[in-house]
Amino acid sequence: MLTRILLAALLAGVLSGVFVTAAQELRVTPLIIEAETYENVGVAPDTGIERTFFTFVTNVLVGVSFALILTAGVLLTKTSLDLRSGLVWGMGGFIAFVLAPNFGLSPELPGMAAAELPSRQGWWIFTVMATAAALLIFAFKQKIFWMLGGLALLLAPHIYGAPVLATAQSVVPASLAAQFAVATIVTSLLFWLVLGGVLGWLVERVTGNQGLKGQPS
Amino acid sequence: MLSQQITSQTSGLEISDTTRIGAGLFALFFGAFLLYFTVFAQASVLHNAAHDTRHAITAPCH
Repeated sequence: MLTRILLAALLAGVLSGVFVTAAQELRVTPLIIEAETYENVGVAPDTGIERTFFTFVTNVLVGVSFALILTAGVLLTKTSLDLRSGLVWGMGGFIAFVLAPNFGLSPELPGMAAAELPSRQGWWIFTVMATAAALLIFAFKQKIFWMLGGLALLLAPHIYGAPVLATAQSVVPASLAAQFAVATIVTSLLFWLVLGGVLGWLVERVTGNQGLKGQPS
Repeated sequence: MLSQQITSQTSGLEISDTTRIGAGLFALFFGAFLLYFTVFAQASVLHNAAHDTRHAITAPCH
């Protein structure tokens, strides 16, 4: 049974990776390529079919990573999983991995100046983990003491503050950056909903239309 | 005994606690490990391949 659930996670990751590759081609990728024309140092791969292929492969790997992390959350919290709860988990993933870090660090286009990479990566990981912990507390611990702890975790990264440059100069036009911010956030929302929904639906299938039941403890 | 029977009738597909936690931890660490390499590792070849994905999922890229 567990093997089938983990295989369902792999398949959900692959399918959401396929979906998001197509979705990105609509708005996100054209904006990245346009921004690169303003960029001085060439750090991006060549454009063309090879580039799309590498993006597809890494999107699938990221989809599988996120699907495994969501499945871990479901297994470790002993909750049930079906299409509807899968969508809720997907929404949680979107809040933890996209909304919360973007509140401090805006989506970056090539050519946009930003603080040192390791400090941004550190803040990003810290924010994702603190937000995920806060959401799990809100979902599973109803005592006021826990809720206050969750609230503190939710706010902590933003009170600490994201690493940003005092004078952030960018060669990318502001209109392009604004379009990119909206495009990535909308595409990411769709990605997470597809991932959570497909994961829940597949788990529902492999467990014989019963969903993965939570154990009464 | 009776409570066990009731449990197995009402909870559908059951997985023992230890198996569930073991599988959950495995999924968590493997998922995080895979995510680290696709999203954060700075080796040039990984960076170039994963470039657009990193920008698209709004992870810090360069």
